[in-house]
Amino acid sequence: MKKQVTEILDDVGSAAVLVFRSMAYTPKVFGNWNRFIEQCHLIGYTTLPIVAILSFFIGSVLALQTGYALVNLGGETFIGAIVGLSMARELAPVMVAILLAGRVGSAITAELASMKVYNEIDALVTMNIPPERMLVMPRLLAALAMMPVLTIIGNVIGWIGGAVVCQYVTFIGVSTEVYFQSLKSVVTFKDVMDGVIKAEIFGFLVILIACNTGLRTKGGPREIGSSVTRAVVVSLITILVLDYFITRALM
Amino acid sequence: METTQTDPDTETTRPADNEAAVGVEVEGLRKSFGDTEVLHDINLSIKPGEIFVIMGPSGSGKSVLLKTIAGLETPTKGRVTIAGHDIAERGSREKVHMALVFQAGALFNSMTVFDNLALYPTEHRLHGRKEIEKKVMDALGILSLEDARDKMPSELSGGMKKRVAIARALVMEPQLMLYDEPTSELDPIMGATISEVIADLRQEVGLTSIVVSHDRDLSLTIADRVAILMDGNLLAVDTPDKVRNSDNPVINDFLNPVIDVNNPRFKQKKAAS
Repeated sequence: MKKQVTEILDDVGSAAVLVFRSMAYTPKVFGNWNRFIEQCHLIGYTTLPIVAILSFFIGSVLALQTGYALVNLGGETFIGAIVGLSMARELAPVMVAILLAGRVGSAITAELASMKVYNEIDALVTMNIPPERMLVMPRLLAALAMMPVLTIIGNVIGWIGGAVVCQYVTFIGVSTEVYFQSLKSVVTFKDVMDGVIKAEIFGFLVILIACNTGLRTKGGPREIGSSVTRAVVVSLITILVLDYFITRALM
Repeated sequence: METTQTDPDTETTRPADNEAAVGVEVEGLRKSFGDTEVLHDINLSIKPGEIFVIMGPSGSGKSVLLKTIAGLETPTKGRVTIAGHDIAERGSREKVHMALVFQAGALFNSMTVFDNLALYPTEHRLHGRKEIEKKVMDALGILSLEDARDKMPSELSGGMKKRVAIARALVMEPQLMLYDEPTSELDPIMGATISEVIADLRQEVGLTSIVVSHDRDLSLTIADRVAILMDGNLLAVDTPDKVRNSDNPVINDFLNPVIDVNNPRFKQKKAAS
């Protein structure tokens, strides 16, 4: 137990040091522009298709479930509002963050852990090229740049998914106009922004956890695998626990 | 344990005259991992421009000593200063230019050979693109690697990886070069070439070199001084000739092991325990 607590404190401490050291290199982002763009491509563009597909179906299922529950009570006009708010404030940011942890975070941890185990990180240090500048800072900034884009696209596609279900599922039968009217009457700019703020925090932490776990890997191939698992699990726990507190703080 | 250490100022046979070369001082160095101390009170003084070879059996702490000198391991006690800068202090790397050739190469696996070599001058904006290309190709030429420039590290043999790692270090134009087993995994001719490259670098640019090696030919031919490290203790620090003619039986056995199939060492150890 004492060992586990020490390990957790070690992780938190090293992540704090890593974030300060990495963000201190932010002014050097223009010197690392290609790496920043490459990471934006990886985090944003390559994650977009899966975000689009999942958002569509999450919006659809949400409309289906709320439609099923509300249609007998005559509350089908609220479906747009419920889907709109849920997607904007909760589901889109959390879903994007979870996808980021599974798809990008795991890849980052595997790459950095492999670099650590095979002395590539040590080679960078002896070359006086700080890994925080070359490997961590561009990834953190790319996450900050791409999370709002992914979240807003997730929102819009989720809303459209809900609209399609409302229109074409016969027992709901709410027209697209009524659905979006309901959505617009409730969802405000602040709701969307609150979701984006959440996504920014989650995205930043997911990438930080992924980098920190990768750079702290010791051992061989087996430890690389363990680090990837650990990074994803810690990211998911962090997202879901923080979600409550950030949501509460933004209310 | 008793250590015989010669005065580097008087004993170094081929002093360098390059002002850029740096000296290395290791003072009271101890390094522990958990409860196990792997380096016990190491004291060394390596002169600018010297080729200093650290020899010793596997597990004697050679690589740990090299990594501690490189600043990749923090001393448990004592300190390492390079040109007067404590290497454990932040910012010392900006004052001392060193390159470390890792035992397994430590090439960046996601980059081509050319990009591996060009990374350092590009990141530090040392030269223009054409100049960097010329320096990279020159370094590849020294190690007969011109054809490998566009290959990925995964396409190279173990020996080629090591040569690329040395070429990468050459491009860095360091003041201090650290080699971890530079000739292991190489064929005898390439091993000799690497030894010549190390010696030539000192002659050309007066580079200080610290080499960890098992290679007797390399150690006793090109070294100015040789240190024998056993179980984390320095047994001797002396010129190759004096180490070769040492009357210490442990050093003699290490440098000139006799293969006795009738009385093998592992059976002697078993019997002793």
